[in-house]
Amino acid sequence: MTTSTSLVYLIALPLAGAALLLLGGRRTDKWGHLLATGLSASSFGVGAYQLLQMLGRSAEERPVSQKLFEWIHVGNFNVDAGLLLDQLSICFVLLITGVGTLIHIYSISYMSHDPDRRRFFAFLNLFIAAMLLLVLGDSYLNLYVGWEGVGLASYLLIGFWNQKPAYATASKKAFVMNRVGDMGLSFAIMIAFATMGTVSFTGVAEHAHHTSEAALTGMGIMLLVAAAGKSAQFPLQAWLGDAMAGPTPVSALIHAATMVTAGVYLITRSNFVFDAAPTAQLLVVIVGAITLMFGALIGTAKDDIKKALAASTMSQIGYMILAAGLGPVGYAFAIMHLLTHGFFKAGMFLGAGSVMHGMNDEVNMRKYGALRKFMPITFATFGLGYLAILGVPPFAGFYSKDMIIETAFNAGGVKGIILGCVTLIGAGITAFYMTRVIILTFTGTKRWDEDAHPHESPWLMWLPMAILAIGSVTSGFLLSRGDALVNWLHPLFAHHGEHEELLKPIVVSGLALTMVAIGIAVAFLKYSRNEVAHVAPENVSVFTKIARQDLMQDRFNEAIFMRPGQALTATLVATDNAVIDGTVRGIGQMAMGSGSALRGIQNGFVRSYAALILVGAVALVAAIWVVVQ
Amino acid sequence: MDASNYLYVSALLFTIGAVGVVVRRNAIVVFMCIELMLNAANLSFVTFSRINGDLDGQVMAFFTMVVAACEVVVGLAIIVTIYRSRRSASVDDASLLKR
Repeated sequence: MTTSTSLVYLIALPLAGAALLLLGGRRTDKWGHLLATGLSASSFGVGAYQLLQMLGRSAEERPVSQKLFEWIHVGNFNVDAGLLLDQLSICFVLLITGVGTLIHIYSISYMSHDPDRRRFFAFLNLFIAAMLLLVLGDSYLNLYVGWEGVGLASYLLIGFWNQKPAYATASKKAFVMNRVGDMGLSFAIMIAFATMGTVSFTGVAEHAHHTSEAALTGMGIMLLVAAAGKSAQFPLQAWLGDAMAGPTPVSALIHAATMVTAGVYLITRSNFVFDAAPTAQLLVVIVGAITLMFGALIGTAKDDIKKALAASTMSQIGYMILAAGLGPVGYAFAIMHLLTHGFFKAGMFLGAGSVMHGMNDEVNMRKYGALRKFMPITFATFGLGYLAILGVPPFAGFYSKDMIIETAFNAGGVKGIILGCVTLIGAGITAFYMTRVIILTFTGTKRWDEDAHPHESPWLMWLPMAILAIGSVTSGFLLSRGDALVNWLHPLFAHHGEHEELLKPIVVSGLALTMVAIGIAVAFLKYSRNEVAHVAPENVSVFTKIARQDLMQDRFNEAIFMRPGQALTATLVATDNAVIDGTVRGIGQMAMGSGSALRGIQNGFVRSYAALILVGAVALVAAIWVVVQ
Repeated sequence: MDASNYLYVSALLFTIGAVGVVVRRNAIVVFMCIELMLNAANLSFVTFSRINGDLDGQVMAFFTMVVAACEVVVGLAIIVTIYRSRRSASVDDASLLKR
C-alpha cells in the first residue's frame, strides 16, 4: 500500500467550489459556472495523474491511501477519516470526474437562461465531491458520509425547480425511498461492527473468513437493501422515474451515469462479504434479474423521453447488479458495463436534453418526430449511444452486455439457464424500446406543437455529447482488449477456478444479436409503418396500461406501505391523544372533579362542620374499638 | 355504688351536648351545649380519677374548667359582636366563611 498526500484534492477541489458558490452568493453569478467547471476538470486532472502513477507500479503496490484525520477514537474502536484509491475506485473517480466535467460544460449552455444557474453548479460540485468521497472512503463509515452526501445532492437537484409542487414532491419521494436504503447501509455497518469490531474495508475483508455465515448473510442483505435504494433496484425502484423532474444534465450525471451505480460499487466493494454469503449473493442476482425485466417493461410504454431513458437505466443497472451477484466471475463485467453505460446513457440523456432544448422543453415523444434533419449532431450522438446500448458490435455495449449474458449462462444449472434467458429477453426488450425512442423522436412525420422551432444545440452542448458518443463507440473495445479491465481489477477480487462453459461466446453473441434484431423489427413494424398518434391511444391492452403506470409500483407502495403507514401514524396519534394525553388530562380532571365535589361540604355552616367533626370522631372511636376488640 | 354509672351519665350528657350543637341554631344555646360537653368530659375525668385512685383526672378537670372559662369569655364576646352587626344570634346566618 502506497501513501499519498494528493488524494484529498480530488474531493477538496469540487467541495471548495460548492462552498464558494453557495456562500459567495450573487457576487459569483458571473463566473461561478466557469469556476465549478474548472474545479471539476482539475479534479479529473488529479484523477488522471493518479492513474498514471498507478500504471507505473506493480499490481500489489497500486492501491494508494491517505489518512486525513482521526475521526472516532473510543476504547479499541478507531475510525480514521481515510481515503483509499485502488484499481476499483480509480475507475469510478475517472468516470465521475470525466463525465461530470463534460456535463458541467454542457450545463453552462443548457442552464444559461436559468436565473439560478450558480446554485445549480454549486450543487453539481457538491455532488461530485460527495460521490468522490463515496468511492474513495476506506471504511464503510466514510463511504456512508459520501452516500448521504450524494443523497442530499440528488434531492437538491431533483427539486432544483421546486417552485413546481410536482417536482418538489418528486425530490421528496426520492429522498424518502433512499432513506430506506440508507437504513440498510447503517444496519450493515452495525452488523460489521458488532461481529467484527471494525468497519474498514480491509478489516472486514480480513475478518470475513472467520465470521459466522449468518452474520455475513445479514450484512449482505442489508448491503443489498442499501444498493437497491441508491441504485433504484427492486423493490425500492419507484423513485427513479419521478427523479426525472430534475434538469436533464442532472438526470444524465446523477440518475444515469454515477450516483445510481453506487449500489453496484457497494456490492463489488463488499465482494468479500458476498463471496462468503451465498444466500445474500443469490438475492443480489434475483434483485438484478427482476429489476432488469421490470425496467425494460416500463421502458416499452413510456412516452416521456426522459422516463423511457430512466426505465432503461433501471434495467441496465439490473444487469450490473446481476453480474455483481454472480460472484468473482461477474464483478469485473459489472464494472465494465457500468463504465460503458456511463458513457452511452449519459450521452443519450444529454441528447434528450438537447432535443428538449430545441423543442421548448417538450418531453412527450409523441410530439417529436422527424428531428433527424433538424438536429443532425444530436441524432448522430444519440444514435451511437443507441447502438451501444443495444450491444451491436463493435459498440461498447456489445462487449460489456454480452459478457454479462455469457457469465449468466455459465452460472451453472437451472439458475444459469434462467438468468441467461432473462438477460437475453431483456436485451430484446431493450432493443424494442430504444428503437421506439429513436423512431418516435428522430424519424417519421412532424408531430410538433405549433410554436416549436427545433434547432441544433450550441457547440457547448454538442461537444460533450460528441465526446461521450466517442466513448460509447470505443470504451467497450478498449476496456475488453486483452481483458484489460478484468486483469486490472483482478487483484481485488477472490480468484475463481475455471468454470465450465455452457455456451460458447460466439453462440451467446449470436443469440443476443438475434434478440436485438427481433426487438428492432417489432418496434419498426409497430411504430414506423403506422402513423404515430398525437396522444397516447386509450384502447390498448391491459398490459400496456399497467406498464404505463410503471407496473403499478406506486400503487403497490401506496397500498402496502403508504396507507398502512398512514393508518399506523393515525393510530399512534389517536393513541397518544387518548392514552398518554388522556392520562395526564385525566389526572388533572380527577383533581378538579374531586375538588369541586369536596367543595360542597365547605358550605360555611358551622353546624355542618360540627356534625362532620362529630361523625369523624365517632368513626375514629368506632375504628379504635373494632381494632381493640 | 359502681363508678361506671358516672361514666354512663357522662356519655349521656356528652351526647345531649353534641346533638344540641348540631341541631340548635341559636348561638347561645350552641354555646351552652358545648359547655355541657366539656362538663361531661370533666365528669369522666373525675370518675376515672376515682377508679384509678390517683389525682391526675382531678387535675385535668381543673385545666378543662380554665379552658372553658377562657372560651366563654372569647365566645360570648364574638356572639355579642355578631349580634350587634347582624341583629341575629343564629349560627346559620354567619356562613360567610366559605368564600
